[in-house]
Amino acid sequence: MRIMAQMAMVMNLDKCIGCHTCSVTCKQVWTNRSGAEHIWFNNVETRPGQGYPRTYEDQERWKGGWKLDRRGRLKLKAGGRLKNLATIFANPNLPGIKDYYEPWTYDYENLTTAPAQEHMPVARPKSLLTGEDTSITWSSNWDDNLAGSTDNTHNDPILKKIGDQVKFEYEQAFMFYLPRICEHCLNPSCVASCPTGAIYKREEDGIVLVDQDRCRGWRQCVTGCPYKKMYFNRKTGKVEKCTFCYPRIEVGQPTICSETCVGRLRYLGLMFYDADRVLAAASTPDEHDLYEAQRQVFLDPKDPEVLAAARAAEIPEDWIEAAQRSPIWALINTYKVALPLHPEYRTMPMVWYIPPLSPVVDVVTETGEDGESHTNLFNAIASLRIPIDYLAELFTAGDARPVDLILRKLAAMRSYMRDINLGWDTNEAIAQAVGMTGQEMKDMYRLLAIAKYDERYVIPSAHYEDAHKLENVATECSLNVDGGPGMGGMGGMDASFGADPAVGSPSTPSRPEGVRINLLDWDGTGTPKGLFPSSSEQAEKGGSA
Amino acid sequence: MSVWNTFIWLIYPYICLTIFVLGHIGRYRYDKFGWTSRSSQMYESRILRWANPMFHFGILAVFMGHVMGLGIPQTWTDAVGISETTYHIMAVSVGAIAGFCTIAGLIGLLYRRRFTKAVLGATTKMDKVMYAMLGLVVVLGLINTVSGVATTYNYREGVSIWFRSIFYFNPQPELMVVAPLSFQLHGIFAILLFALWPFTRLVHVFTAPIGYIFRPYVLYRSRDDHEGSRARRRGWDKVDTIPRRR
Repeated sequence: MRIMAQMAMVMNLDKCIGCHTCSVTCKQVWTNRSGAEHIWFNNVETRPGQGYPRTYEDQERWKGGWKLDRRGRLKLKAGGRLKNLATIFANPNLPGIKDYYEPWTYDYENLTTAPAQEHMPVARPKSLLTGEDTSITWSSNWDDNLAGSTDNTHNDPILKKIGDQVKFEYEQAFMFYLPRICEHCLNPSCVASCPTGAIYKREEDGIVLVDQDRCRGWRQCVTGCPYKKMYFNRKTGKVEKCTFCYPRIEVGQPTICSETCVGRLRYLGLMFYDADRVLAAASTPDEHDLYEAQRQVFLDPKDPEVLAAARAAEIPEDWIEAAQRSPIWALINTYKVALPLHPEYRTMPMVWYIPPLSPVVDVVTETGEDGESHTNLFNAIASLRIPIDYLAELFTAGDARPVDLILRKLAAMRSYMRDINLGWDTNEAIAQAVGMTGQEMKDMYRLLAIAKYDERYVIPSAHYEDAHKLENVATECSLNVDGGPGMGGMGGMDASFGADPAVGSPSTPSRPEGVRINLLDWDGTGTPKGLFPSSSEQAEKGGSA
Repeated sequence: MSVWNTFIWLIYPYICLTIFVLGHIGRYRYDKFGWTSRSSQMYESRILRWANPMFHFGILAVFMGHVMGLGIPQTWTDAVGISETTYHIMAVSVGAIAGFCTIAGLIGLLYRRRFTKAVLGATTKMDKVMYAMLGLVVVLGLINTVSGVATTYNYREGVSIWFRSIFYFNPQPELMVVAPLSFQLHGIFAILLFALWPFTRLVHVFTAPIGYIFRPYVLYRSRDDHEGSRARRRGWDKVDTIPRRR
């Protein structure tokens, strides 16, 4: 067992209202620069829809991710190492700028400098690529809320998979939003595609980053990533990607997309996994088994064997504790309501989704039936094959069963909690119908619906604070100890200093563990008490050495 | 030998090679972020699809030809039984094919660079200087190769020995003085191109990703290993403690 920790995210799609706040705040923080116009580390897609860049999910065209070769071994879909190097001069599977959109600005100057004229002056759109007048024909959210769906939606690669006859019905009836960031995969095909080795996965938290000093702009990772979350910066000639806001994560703050999410639908937490089992899981022959295979790679942070391995791997205690409280673990393994996005790409993605029940609820409600009743919802889930199949193509490589079960769980929770909220008798049969208990329903409700900030985000900070342990100097306020003046009231000075056993260093054996030197009661003459080892101590050390 | 000849075949190569070496070291130390080929494939790929591989494979063949022609003494090829005539026929034919591929590819690339507006907009002044110089050197080189059919000049008894003599630090500039004009011009501009090299996008040649074939697919790095890949220089150490546990 080679235990590794991974920062992961789960998004509860039922709560996404498609407001794009995550995209906008992310853009402001990371990619609000010239050359990065088309780079959206976070974007929100309306489904059904083509996604961004257009039709990125069509891997027969873009060749992202992994595939199994004839002998069942994992291979990059775009080709092996030699083919990768051979296509370095002209990558046949690279999206052009038009597959994203042509960035533009407006000629605002004309508004103030235009001469007096009969008509209002206008600010014409100008292409940022050529500087010339342009007409805006596409952007990152052109098909938002199914806009232009009759022209565009038939290009949705997922709709193509589930068949022509249902397309129209689907387009008329269903819509939901899919926010996407980099998946920070366990088996990242972008890392594997990079000829230079500039992309890497961080050992501590699994965040995938691009070393901007080592990237040479060979752009093979853009092809390698099936989610098309590697973006070529047209100005710098280097590739940029979602950083999982690592500077924030390192200090225990949620990513900017999570922090600003209006619907509070994002969950952040640690997952432990066995790195030795990743390759085998990603090579699972049947695509339908990939979801379960990935779940088996995760390690239960409460299992004594796993705990021993984590400690042997020097994973800090607070990280272990955070992994035990992780909402991601709860959603993926305890309640089993989260699913990976496109497991069939075999990258073992680590941003998972709770599929939306709302399209089903909407349909039931529109018929005038009770949209909160579990029997109505169960029936609807069973009969409304189209949204289920669509969701299955997104989250389980087309296997409808897990999606079906999850939607039933969500429906059951809705119904069960409605009884409680209305003061009716609770019906345990509802919980049992989906293999859960009433208490589990309530716990899941708390995590999904109440969704307290500190339950949604369980982020252990990176271990900068070890610095304090290494020396006894006051790197934080020396009054801020239990009973000290910083804690309200003047405690006994001498007693309060050094009372905290958390600070103290084994590297200075001449001082008792955890004792700080108090210079406040030093009158300036002679040596402060305890600052230097006493001569008897020194003699002792010398003698033993 | 005139001052001019001494300068151009003795001093000037050394100046340019010094710039070439020091320029690359300096650029690698101080501008790793700028070290890229700055691909423009996102803007235009229809022409690039054939022109770019054609140019690159062509120029790689041309490079190998130069390694043969300039690097390997004629005595060595004589020793393994390749006669001068055989060598000459081979060099001229293979060289001509590679040269024409390079030029055809270069023309394609220059066409899209000039006439695709987005690509033109992404072109720097240095790019233009570099393209002019590169084009000139390649054309002059091809003229040398093709004219090899007609002339009797054996560059392996002249230019090549002069070229190697530079690296032995025992330069023989007099060999270039008697070389045909087209060889002289090819040499002069090639040497100038080398001086420009570290300041252009051509630097990407020296980070060709050969190691990809041998490395594992997925790479891990510790957070601590990577607080900027550039080694901190003296006086710029960050505030740090004794190495952390994690």
